[in-house]
Order: sequence, then C-alpha cells, then structure tokens
Amino acid sequence: MTALVSTDAALALGDDALVLSHRLGEWAGHAPVLEEEVALANIALDLLGQARILLSQAGDEDELAYLREERSFRNLQLVEQPNGDFAHTIARQLYFSTYQHLLYGELAALEGEFTGLAAKAVKEVDYHRDHAELWTLRLGDGTEESHRRMQQACDALWRFTGEMFQPVPGLDIDWAGLDARWTASVTTILSRATLTVPEGPRTGAWAAGAGRQGLHTESFGRMLAEMQHLHRSHPGASW
Amino acid sequence: MTGVTATATAAAETGASHQAVFDAAVAADERIEPRDWMPEEYRSSLVRQMAQHAHSEIIGMQPEANWITRAPSLRRKAILMAKVQDEAGHGLYLYSAAETLGTGRDELLDKLHSGRQKYSSIFNYPTLTWADVGAIGWLVDGAAITNQVPLCRCSYGPYARAMVRICKEESFHQRQGFELLLALSQGTPEQHAMAQDAVNRWWWPSLMMFGPPDDASAHSAQSMAWKIKRHSNDDLRQRFVDIAVGQAEALGLTLPDPALRWNEERGHHDFGEIDWTEFWEVLKGNGPCNEQRITQRRRAHEEGAWVRDAAAAYATKQQAQHANGEATA
Repeated sequence: MTALVSTDAALALGDDALVLSHRLGEWAGHAPVLEEEVALANIALDLLGQARILLSQAGDEDELAYLREERSFRNLQLVEQPNGDFAHTIARQLYFSTYQHLLYGELAALEGEFTGLAAKAVKEVDYHRDHAELWTLRLGDGTEESHRRMQQACDALWRFTGEMFQPVPGLDIDWAGLDARWTASVTTILSRATLTVPEGPRTGAWAAGAGRQGLHTESFGRMLAEMQHLHRSHPGASW
Repeated sequence: MTGVTATATAAAETGASHQAVFDAAVAADERIEPRDWMPEEYRSSLVRQMAQHAHSEIIGMQPEANWITRAPSLRRKAILMAKVQDEAGHGLYLYSAAETLGTGRDELLDKLHSGRQKYSSIFNYPTLTWADVGAIGWLVDGAAITNQVPLCRCSYGPYARAMVRICKEESFHQRQGFELLLALSQGTPEQHAMAQDAVNRWWWPSLMMFGPPDDASAHSAQSMAWKIKRHSNDDLRQRFVDIAVGQAEALGLTLPDPALRWNEERGHHDFGEIDWTEFWEVLKGNGPCNEQRITQRRRAHEEGAWVRDAAAAYATKQQAQHANGEATA
C-alpha cells in the first residue's frame, strides 16, 4: 500500500462503527439489567472511539458525521438496523463483531494504513464478540421464549450478512476466505446455542453491497435526522 | 467483630451492651461494618438513604441519555455516553453497598417501581436543550458532590467507601459539564442564550437537591447523631451557593436570583427563598417528568424480564451440566 490513506476504506469502516455506536447509544436507560447498561454503553464507546480515528483519517470527523446525507454514508445496512428487542440487538452484535474481529485481525497483521488502529481495536472487538457470544448462548439455550426470539432475530438479520464480504476498495483482504471463517465461527456459536443457522439468501439480493454504495434502508434517514439535527441547526458553531 | 476497632473493642470487653458498643464506635469516629451489631433504625435509615441514592443514579441516566443520540459533536457524544455509563456503574456500587445491610437489588428495584422508595427530585425536570446536559453536569453534579463528599466519612463503612470512588468520577463529570457550558457561553449568541436559559431552569431545582430546610427535615437530627450525615441541609446548600457564584462569573452566566448578594457580616452569599411548594409537589410525584421517568424505568424492567429469565435458565442448565460432569468424572 502507498502512504495515501484510502478514503473509501476509512469511511466504510468508520461509518460502520459510527452507526452501530449510535444504535447502541439508543439503549441507554432501556437495558434489561443494569450490567447491560454498562456493557452496551461500553461497546458503544469503543465503537465511537474507532469511528473517530477512522473518520479523522478521511477528513474532519464532525463534518463527516454530521454534514453528509444518507446517500453519502458507506456503512453496512446491517449496522443501521433498528435495535428491535434485546435478541435483535444481540444477533446484530454477533454477526458484526465476529466480522469485525476477523477483519481487524487481518488488518493488524498487514503492513498498511490501518495496522495501528486494527491492532488496538481488535482487543476491544474481541470483548464485543465475547459478549455477543455469551448472550447468544444464554438466549438461544435459555427459555422457550428467549430461544424463539433469538432464532427470529438471527433469521431476520441474516439477509444483511452477505454485504460484509463485498470487497472494500483499499482493503487488501481475501474476502471469500473471511466469509468462510465468519460462517464457520457463527455456525459453531449458533449450534452451541441450540439455534438453527438461517437458510435465506445472504447475497445476490439488491441489498448485498448496497450500504457500501450509499444505498440504505428506510430507518437510516430517520436515524441521521436525529443525530444531525442539532449540529445542522447551528452552522459553523463549535461545541 | 469486624471493623469496630479499639474503642468499641474495649467497650465490648467490659461487657457493655451492643448499643453501648455501637455508640462508642460512632462517638470515636470508627466505621460500622456489615457484621457489626447496629440498631434496627440505623440499618433501616441507611437502607432508605442508600437505596434512594442508587435509584437516583439509575433514574438520573434518563434526562442525560435523552441527548446521547443528538449530541452535537462526536467528542461530546463520547463524553456523555461515558458519563451515563458511569451512572449505571454508580447504581451498581450503591445497590451492592445496600445489600450488605441484608436487602437485595430486586427488592429495592421493586420498591422503586412501586413508588415505595424515592429518587432525587432533580431528575423529574426535563432536558429541553443540549445546554441542559452542561447545566446538569455543572449544577446537579456540583450539588451532588457537595452532598456526597462528607458521606466519604459516613459511619457506615461500605457506604463511605462507595462514596470515595463515586465522588472521584462525579468531580470529573462536573468539570466536563462546566467546560460544556463554557464552550456554549463563549460560542455564538444562540449558544450563549441556550446556556443561560439552561442555568435559569436548573438553578433552583439544584438548590432543592439539599432537601427541605433544617427545621422541616424529618431525618436530619438522627442521621447527624449517627454520623451518617455530617452537615445540615442548609449548611450544605449555603456551601454550594458560595462556590457556584464564582463559577457562574467565570462562565459569563448569571444566576436567576435577584436577591443573591455577598453578605460581608456572615461571610456568605445571601440568596432568595426557595419555592418549597414546588419542591413538595415534585416530591409527591407531581413534577414535570415524575410519571415519564418511572414509566420508562418500569417498562425497561418489564420488557427485560424475558432476558433475565433466559440468563437464569441458562445458568441453571450450565450448573446442572457441570454437576453431572463432576458426578461422572
């Protein structure tokens, strides 16, 4: 890689972290148990920290977060999905943190512009993955109701998982290999949790790869409206 | 006998009653620990105060969390998220400390949800603008610290130790709130106005955080005799006003009290009369957000029941498997 930072890659990874952090921030004061107030906020903060570093590599973090419109965001559709119930939040965390852990693991081993960030973030992400795995086991192999909800959440979010392995310009990664390792890891966890690996399509639909091109799902615009409103109401102000 | 040290041990050796041992320990500024004998009223009074304190941390997450998704910069958003996370952590410490007195978190939460235990009246006010986040940090956390620093010397050991840790984090939050308001005050005219408006709305409710005036405070005298409390409500309130006046000047903001002025003779600031009718109304449940706050808390708890049930069921299965594994090993 050259010394030039790949803006596409920094935005893709940065937007993933920014948007998921925002969704997790919506849980504050609503978690099922106090320990999860702490845990979800903790994960949200880690992700926000990653987002700030990545967006700063691509430009001014606040301009990028607050002044871009929906069509310019490069995050995966998976991370923008509404929180739903706790099972949906955990399924989203399981899918994404497993992906992020594998991806950052590879980036940390490569000599490139993201080596430093990935080496630091991979430790945080390992904790996120661990948290998601534990809750997947508890919910999947807990009560009948929690099993039903967890299965439903895994099924509902499955169609957004193929997009994670669409190549990102500027990232020199074996995407098919990453996909295979992700599938193996998620399959193991779901089966330990007595859950069935969903069977629906993961790629091929219009959705696969769309978020990376600025094509998002409907709830995303509303999320941005809330996130950006105050900043946009005071052009040029500092906070 | 844990915790009750030299003086009380001496009293115990002379065959003094439990009450005399306890009184001697309190008189000698020694710490009472969970396994020590204590009067039932001391125990129940502490449970009430610590539970209310823990509940305040948990309900207090709501007015600030209200702005997490709208924070105007990523730096401010990170600070606010960290603060709300700290509050959940403080709630956890305080519930644990209360549990050393023979109660349980579930029981305390149940009392909160059914309105049998209270939380600080301040959290029944709404956060209407971003500046409110700064005003809460500066004034509400400032008042809380003024109240809580003396609690670091409270006679009950687990409470005192929890307060040492909590006060450190609270001071940090307070500085951040001040800094947020300073940025607004020195920003655009709109930002300055937003900061002033927030201070106007939060000033009097912050003064109410110190509780009713000394002559109307039901628990004060006994709490002070037991050294749970170290200073009267009015003394702490005065201390807070004296500190806040200088800080408001540094911020370039005014405090909404025409009667506020330095009194050379007393060496303190005089200030106007608090609207005690409003205070008692909020305490009775008739404040702007009482209904909303408790409804959200109840809903989070009720909607989370299936998650807690799942965790318990999973833990039981794991234990059973573990036991089977040991039996066959």
